[in-house]
Amino acid sequence: MTRARAFAEPLVATAVALALAGALLALLGADPVAALRALAGGAFGDSLALETTAVRAGPLALLGLGVALSFRCGIWNIGGGGQLAAGALAATAFATKSASDWPGALALPLALLAGAAAGALWAALAAALRVYRNVSEVLSTILLNFVALELVAWAVQGPLQEASRSYPQSDALPAAARLALFPGAHIAHVGLLLAAALPFAVWALLFRTAAGLRLRAVGFNPDAARYAAVSPELETARVLVLSGALAGLAGAIEVCGVTGRLFADPAGGYGFTAIAVALLARLHPLGVLPASLVFAALAAGGGAMQRSAAVPSVVVQVIEALVILFSIGFALPRREGA
Amino acid sequence: MDAQTLQLAESTVRLATPLALAALGELVAERAGVLNIGIEGMMLAGALAAYEAGAATGSALVALAAALLAACALAALFALFALRRRADPIVTGTAVNILALGATGSMFRLLHPAQAMLSSAPQVGDVLPGLNAFTAAALLLAGSVALFLRRTRAGLSLRAVGERAEAADAQGLSVARIRWAATLFGGACAGVAGASLVLCLSDRFVEGMTNGKGFIALALVLFGAHRAARIVAGALLFGAASALQFTLQAAHVDVAYPLLLMVPYLLTLLVLALFAGRSRAPADLAKPFHGRD
Repeated sequence: MTRARAFAEPLVATAVALALAGALLALLGADPVAALRALAGGAFGDSLALETTAVRAGPLALLGLGVALSFRCGIWNIGGGGQLAAGALAATAFATKSASDWPGALALPLALLAGAAAGALWAALAAALRVYRNVSEVLSTILLNFVALELVAWAVQGPLQEASRSYPQSDALPAAARLALFPGAHIAHVGLLLAAALPFAVWALLFRTAAGLRLRAVGFNPDAARYAAVSPELETARVLVLSGALAGLAGAIEVCGVTGRLFADPAGGYGFTAIAVALLARLHPLGVLPASLVFAALAAGGGAMQRSAAVPSVVVQVIEALVILFSIGFALPRREGA
Repeated sequence: MDAQTLQLAESTVRLATPLALAALGELVAERAGVLNIGIEGMMLAGALAAYEAGAATGSALVALAAALLAACALAALFALFALRRRADPIVTGTAVNILALGATGSMFRLLHPAQAMLSSAPQVGDVLPGLNAFTAAALLLAGSVALFLRRTRAGLSLRAVGERAEAADAQGLSVARIRWAATLFGGACAGVAGASLVLCLSDRFVEGMTNGKGFIALALVLFGAHRAARIVAGALLFGAASALQFTLQAAHVDVAYPLLLMVPYLLTLLVLALFAGRSRAPADLAKPFHGRD
């Protein structure tokens, strides 16, 4: 496949998905042109819109990176949303309950670390079920999403609820645990630098190290990998834990950089969107960056579309699903015959 | 039996019914070698279609037909990608789930801008005293699926396609046709399961109302070791767990509500951890067939 096609196909997939979603809107009696205009305005219209798109792209890049990594190795981690929630929960718990016991300079790094560790742990549950009990990670990661969602819902009306007990939300994170904004920015925070840098690190890991070669070998052919003294079980666990850590970090960045406190359902629709991001990126770690911007623009614009064109924002999910369907034909490696 | 126990038993059966319907359909699909994780989305599409058609016409039969149509359309989309184009079934099924979530949400919000004026869907009643029509259908389905798979020539062909597609093909069976039929059948069952949510368990549609029931049904197929009777038993176990959860909630037991809501998912994980490894899946499950189409 030529390099030109590698770039052209994702663009075509996105365009066709947008056109089909527009047709659906027209069928339901909405004005697709007005919707598209509102969507573009919400995503790129002014500096705040651009910052919103960038802020949404951060977690999508990290989650999409985790999905790309695991799908590439033939492991179906559908649990990015739950792992993100676990990370947001742990970062909030640390920042609001024990950050004051630590030197101020350590509060933020430890909160981010707590998030990554919790995401890794949440994914490790699925890894343990897969390795020791032969449970498909597809089902376990999806089910753990629901468990994480309820766990956060419980936390924000239980142990982590704000001191005033008015709303189901945590106290605001202390300033020491917050990510700073870029100079002059409204909402764009420096955590985005981390989201922009990690795809390069994962790319280097996958394509420039022996550990990365072992991971990719399991994706190509687990049996052949076993003959080469690579343990598919161990690599499966590693991939799940690493992609869980990325998702957990995304959750920590959300609470430390964007929301400033924990609310119910911190993942929103990010978990599923990340799958579309990874497939549009053709499972390439660096492709995740532009792909996350595409879906971040859709997410940022979707809200504006609902407000000004009265078109439900969930129509964005239709676009995501269509992008996935149009991408699978060329993004995933064809498996060997039965 | 005192009144409370009776009520618990009754809600157990009611809550088990959609799970059994969806899982029995998935059983047939998996026995033919098709792993369809899109049944969650097909249930959701069936639920919305049943609600819209039922609320508009007042006829439960029309509602059921609409649910079948919507779910089968999604099943055909799944088959088009997963079978015909040999795309990965996990990714295809996930896309179907996201599509159903987004499309049902968009349609519902556009069709009912003011949600306060929602009318209720017609309810399906009992065929025998205490036996709801959907429950009766699930029991009938369990019996006929078991008979079909074990005692008929067509069932043998379907199992052959799931166990060893190439050998079945060499025998002159059409692998593609049998897998398409099994996928559509599984989709239809998921559609009926979704319809039961609005025609029996509740009378409204709520966005995302399936809430993982399709995934629990997938787990039940594993728990039931790909056998109809054990799948029904598993569905009853889950129905009992959910019924107990509602009873505790109604009795104001001092447990936080979200922790109660977590129980069905934790139970599913536990059941998978205990039984999934022992279940022998059809040998050619989720493997693409590269012979003639």
